[in-house]
Amino acid sequence: MSTSTPSAAGDERIKERSRLRNALVRPELGGICGTVLVFTFFLLTAADSGMFSPTGFLNWGTVSAQFAIIAVGACLLMIAGEFDLSVGSMIGFAGMSIAILGVTFGLPIWLAIVITFVLCTLIGGLSGYIVVKTGLPSFIVTLAFLFILRGFTIFLPQLIERKTIIGGISDAAEGDWLAPLFGGKVLNGLFVWLGDAGLIETFSRGSRQGQPVVDGVPMLVIWALLLIIFGHILLTRTRFGNWIFAAGGDAEAARNSGVPVDRVKILMFMFTAFCATVFATCQVMEFGSAGADRGLLKEFEAIIAVVIGGALLTGGYGSVIGAALGALIFGVVQQGLFFAGVESSLFRVFLGVILLMAVILNTYIRRLITGEK
Amino acid sequence: MSQPIIQMKSIEKHFGAVIALAGVSVDIYPGECHCLLGDNGAGKSTFIKTMSGVHKPTKGEILFEGQPMNFAVPRDAMNAGIATVHQHLAMIPLMSVSRNFFMGNEPVKKIAGIPFFDHEYANEVTMAEMRKMGINLRGPDQAVGTLSGGERQTVAIARAVHFGAKVLILDEPTSALGVRQTSNVLATIDKVRKQGIAVVFITHNVRHALAVGDRFTVLNRGSTYGTATRGDVTPEELQDLMAGGQELATLEGSLGGTV
Ligand SMILES: Nc1ncnc2c1ncn2[C@@H]1O[C@H](COP(=O)(O)OP(=O)(O)OP(=O)(O)O)[C@@H](O)[C@H]1O
Ligand SMILES: [Mg+2]
Repeated sequence: MSTSTPSAAGDERIKERSRLRNALVRPELGGICGTVLVFTFFLLTAADSGMFSPTGFLNWGTVSAQFAIIAVGACLLMIAGEFDLSVGSMIGFAGMSIAILGVTFGLPIWLAIVITFVLCTLIGGLSGYIVVKTGLPSFIVTLAFLFILRGFTIFLPQLIERKTIIGGISDAAEGDWLAPLFGGKVLNGLFVWLGDAGLIETFSRGSRQGQPVVDGVPMLVIWALLLIIFGHILLTRTRFGNWIFAAGGDAEAARNSGVPVDRVKILMFMFTAFCATVFATCQVMEFGSAGADRGLLKEFEAIIAVVIGGALLTGGYGSVIGAALGALIFGVVQQGLFFAGVESSLFRVFLGVILLMAVILNTYIRRLITGEK
Repeated sequence: MSQPIIQMKSIEKHFGAVIALAGVSVDIYPGECHCLLGDNGAGKSTFIKTMSGVHKPTKGEILFEGQPMNFAVPRDAMNAGIATVHQHLAMIPLMSVSRNFFMGNEPVKKIAGIPFFDHEYANEVTMAEMRKMGINLRGPDQAVGTLSGGERQTVAIARAVHFGAKVLILDEPTSALGVRQTSNVLATIDKVRKQGIAVVFITHNVRHALAVGDRFTVLNRGSTYGTATRGDVTPEELQDLMAGGQELATLEGSLGGTV
């Protein structure tokens, strides 16, 4: 008799799967397909509009980077099983905080930025603490913070300066050592060299004659890339990443297995607030002012990017790379329609269609991977 | 016998108005398989949860290796060498088998001073441990949600066996298992017991209990009937105790002794 136990290498019940299939069946597939689709669309319709020139690149690249910065935070938080609806208000609040501290109170800008980061991250931690301790849905708790933070953002500048926009940040940031980390540009030398070498266009007249049309990569883009890399490695390559998945997958089971679920969730709320503050600081440095209505609806844009990227709304599943692709789709579509000369209201239609298609594809893929019903 | 590794002294646990445990005392010795028996709702799961740091007892004292122990979180118990297979498994369907296997105990490898999750090691160990239990996985990255109920249970058991350095607690580990996997689990219990590890084994199956149990504690409605040693009780007595009553005798007659 030969009733051999099947070896792991050759269990007859396990169908050989092609490499291609294995490579395709991943959480980011929806995002990848969406990206390909969007780029194909614009290459066909707007190729000669300057969308793919260096300035065009910079244009939608910067917008995508903005989305990506908040999407990374929202992504990790969503995988940990929670939402943050106060991201947009936090952006407004953080910007206003920098302006009030730096301009009205006259603190050095670096100090205003540092204080704002500490303050906002603590507020994020507070909403996380309330969610974890009360067991209320984060949807409700952060909805409360959406109103609270926005309320302060409108009230404080009116109280102090009798207006809702505080300017003068550019002057205050002059010569500051920390501000360029958010508002500056890097690789200027490279672009000058590219311009001299004739690889990119240079201004042919005016005061900047001979200078390249693109004079550097905004720090905003660098922040986005750093946050994406950090988030991706944290999630997939560290033990903390495993705890993020576990906390969102089933908090009770994770707790019973020794995962410090509460700490993980609170830290993710803090990280989301941190990302919102990065966004706000870059924006304030770029505009030179802070406005009470900044960041409106950003929380939804972040969540949409994350969902296009393949994350599960109920937590425990998702990918930072996917969220970054979601942000890219968002940025390219928003700016691309402008380049293509299409009515901007169609942006919403297009976005809705992409969102729906990506999510349908993602749901299908996820079922394949996880056996979810 | 040697020193008990865990001494549970008059443990009480109340959930609001519900008294789940009303003063239960049990000693667990290294190298024994201690069976916890009892009807549904008797308080078995609650009892072992106080042992593994999930619940804090409302009253009573727990000694671990002679020292009063105060496990605030399951992690403390785990670090002390107590591993548990919970009745509800504590597995996350969306996560891969190897991520589940090492959940809360992730192996790390330092690269440039930064601790990274050592996926290679985790995958290898997971596959090897699962093979030992008689389950062939498609791969370590297969999601637990795609496994059958019994396969999931086996992952949970393999995980506990791997991490249970001193005490292994199994809450109905065989309820969903096939014949081959059940005998694997019973053989594993026997093996780790011989290595000097204390096993706490909850089951509703008298035959499984008798197959590996050294001592038997029967819980009934939150209190204990006491502990019996193997050889002192007959299977019939044990079964009556487990059911906490006599009606079973009549039932057994009509079912032809199959219960
Ligand atoms: N978290 C809880 N909150 C309230 N009551 C609880 C809780 N956990 C357990 N109980 C109650 O405590 C009692 C004992 O439950 P327990 O789960 O310990 O029973 P068990 O002996 O494991 O039963 P089974 O054999 O069905 O697994 C039950 O009456 C149950 O309703
Ligand atoms: Mg139970």
